[in-house]
Amino acid sequence: MSKQTAAPPSAAKAEEQQSSTGVMDAPPDVDSKKLKQERDEAKERQKDRLSGLSREQLLELYRHMLLIRRFEEKSAEAYVAGKIGGFCHLYIGQEAVGVGAISAIRKDDYVLASYREHGLALAKGMAARSIMAELFGKATGCSKGKGGSMHMFDKELGFFGGHAIVGGQIPLATGTAFATKYQGTDQVTLCFFGEAAVNQGAFHESLNMAQLWKLPCIYICENNQYGMGTSLARAMSLSDISKKACAYDLASEFVDGMDVLAVREATLRAVERARKDYLPTLLEIRTYRFMGHSMSDPGNYRTRAEIEKYQERDPIKLFSATLVEQKITDEKTLQEIDRKVREEVEDSLRFADESPLPDPSELYTDVYANPIEPGRK
Amino acid sequence: MATLTIRDALNQALREELARDDSVFLMGEEVAEYDGAYKVTRGLLHDFGPKRVIDTPITELGFAGLGVGAAMAGLRPVVEFMTFNFSILATDQIINSAAKMLYMSGGQFKIPIVFRGPGGSAFQVSSQHSQALESWYAYFPGLKVVMPSTAADAKGLLKSAIRDDDPVVFIEQERMYGNKGEVPDDPDFTIPLGVADVKREGKDVTIVARSLMVPLALKAADQLEQQGVSCEVIDPRTIRPLDINTIVESVKKTNRVVIAEESHPICGVGAEISAEIMEHAFDYLDAPVKRVSGADVPMPYAKNLENLAIPDVERIVAAVREVAYID
Repeated sequence: MSKQTAAPPSAAKAEEQQSSTGVMDAPPDVDSKKLKQERDEAKERQKDRLSGLSREQLLELYRHMLLIRRFEEKSAEAYVAGKIGGFCHLYIGQEAVGVGAISAIRKDDYVLASYREHGLALAKGMAARSIMAELFGKATGCSKGKGGSMHMFDKELGFFGGHAIVGGQIPLATGTAFATKYQGTDQVTLCFFGEAAVNQGAFHESLNMAQLWKLPCIYICENNQYGMGTSLARAMSLSDISKKACAYDLASEFVDGMDVLAVREATLRAVERARKDYLPTLLEIRTYRFMGHSMSDPGNYRTRAEIEKYQERDPIKLFSATLVEQKITDEKTLQEIDRKVREEVEDSLRFADESPLPDPSELYTDVYANPIEPGRK
Repeated sequence: MATLTIRDALNQALREELARDDSVFLMGEEVAEYDGAYKVTRGLLHDFGPKRVIDTPITELGFAGLGVGAAMAGLRPVVEFMTFNFSILATDQIINSAAKMLYMSGGQFKIPIVFRGPGGSAFQVSSQHSQALESWYAYFPGLKVVMPSTAADAKGLLKSAIRDDDPVVFIEQERMYGNKGEVPDDPDFTIPLGVADVKREGKDVTIVARSLMVPLALKAADQLEQQGVSCEVIDPRTIRPLDINTIVESVKKTNRVVIAEESHPICGVGAEISAEIMEHAFDYLDAPVKRVSGADVPMPYAKNLENLAIPDVERIVAAVREVAYID
């Protein structure tokens, strides 16, 4: 059932082999002509995917990606300024994955994610204010300041959390999909995780149950090619992740994660399988994070040249170039979108800054839904 | 009143709750077609069908997490571990997901789930199949931990656990499944969580016992009665939250305490109860609190060594005599 819709980027494969020693490798040979050619090919493929979407829909995809980018840039600044504590894992570079996939589902569908979830929460429709306030640990945050960067939740919007143990959300998502089938409804669950989670038992146990019981869960592996500082090649014996679906007889696709429309299309196909026939799918979406694993990442496990190579394929730049070249919009409109997005992010910062800290009495609330006073009969 | 085994009382509780609420379902290894490894789920597949009573692959982490996710989406799963030894594989989902979800989501996601199955020792099943893990789970805020010792308690507490909106770790005891007791017939019979039960009243020494230790403590109390020592036996029934007041009130009366437990002593529930007695009733104690715990070793296989590793009536009697300064 495994089906490939986009050719795996061969350059990425070569690189994985290079860093197998774990020692900092020489910069990969950057052939700028080849890069340009690859980018043009990607644009060509993206152009073919434009049809069927209205101008408004396309611009909304662009706006959402840009909102995530600007939001995360501000998160990084706020982190450095000491406004955000703990860990902070940014989504910069991966915007096309979350936006493309979530654009293919409904508001009442479920999304579960790892700790790199600010962007996914935004894509599911959560307000920048509630996410930034959560990052600031404020009472107005989506989790009342009790969850932080790694635990964004919004039950009403179907955002069932950031989860901070690698792979922990995969059985949970299998469970929300189980509930859908049990209740006889037609929601789908999107489960986002990084490629490093694929080595956890939770991934394999979940895929087995999902196909065994035909559960409408779409497993979205955001393959950004590094589990913290360990490259895929140093961590996985079979690095072609979409192939792992064969072990559980799942449908799977390999998808270019730098192309928001490719992600959307692949997700739409998976959503159809899930909604109509309660069938799960594994999507391996090849992407790249432009920032470190977290804000405290020394970055000594990859080269600047490698990062720049992927930045050539920046999903936002690629999409804006396509939109302009295909005369769907113009630079001026895109700049106006950027201005509005920046305003929205600035507003979220102000809101977070001005919001109150949680009341000390909140320390002991929400531990139990049915608190028991021991001895009370 | 009917006389039932603990096994059948649990079965009745499951049956009644499955019938009462469509969102309740049961899943675990061999719970359906095999009728339950210990027959607790006997007949439930037949009566409720495969949608409600689900055999899982041997995949504890996976189905525990699936249960938590199903609870997030509005169901009320009862997840059976064939034994709690296997729950060790699922602790990430029980602790990191179930226990913390409500808190870290700022109160948005309650997790009404029951993790149940037998814990503690069985009959010569050796080190990896003979573990009392209640102190692990009782450590975590967000979880409730229940350990019944009679048929009526088993039924009433399991029904309350299933109706509760929080994750409940419900630890049964394989050696006790065949124990019989009177159970009320009323389908609305429940026992509230968090309430200790005085299993026997007395005035000289308090014995705090749970699960397998309760019948042993009652036998010890019988013997001690013959020796002129009146024992009060208290079963906390719920380990978290612990009804310490009932224990403290008893200690204020008897001034002496023995805590009997199957588990290892280090960082155990007995250590916690002892600390709380010290905090709340120090001035009432006439002797140091005495623990009778399982041996601090992995469970051996040989019958004689296994017997030595689990507290028995004689050791409880000796401990009571010690705190009563009889010997």
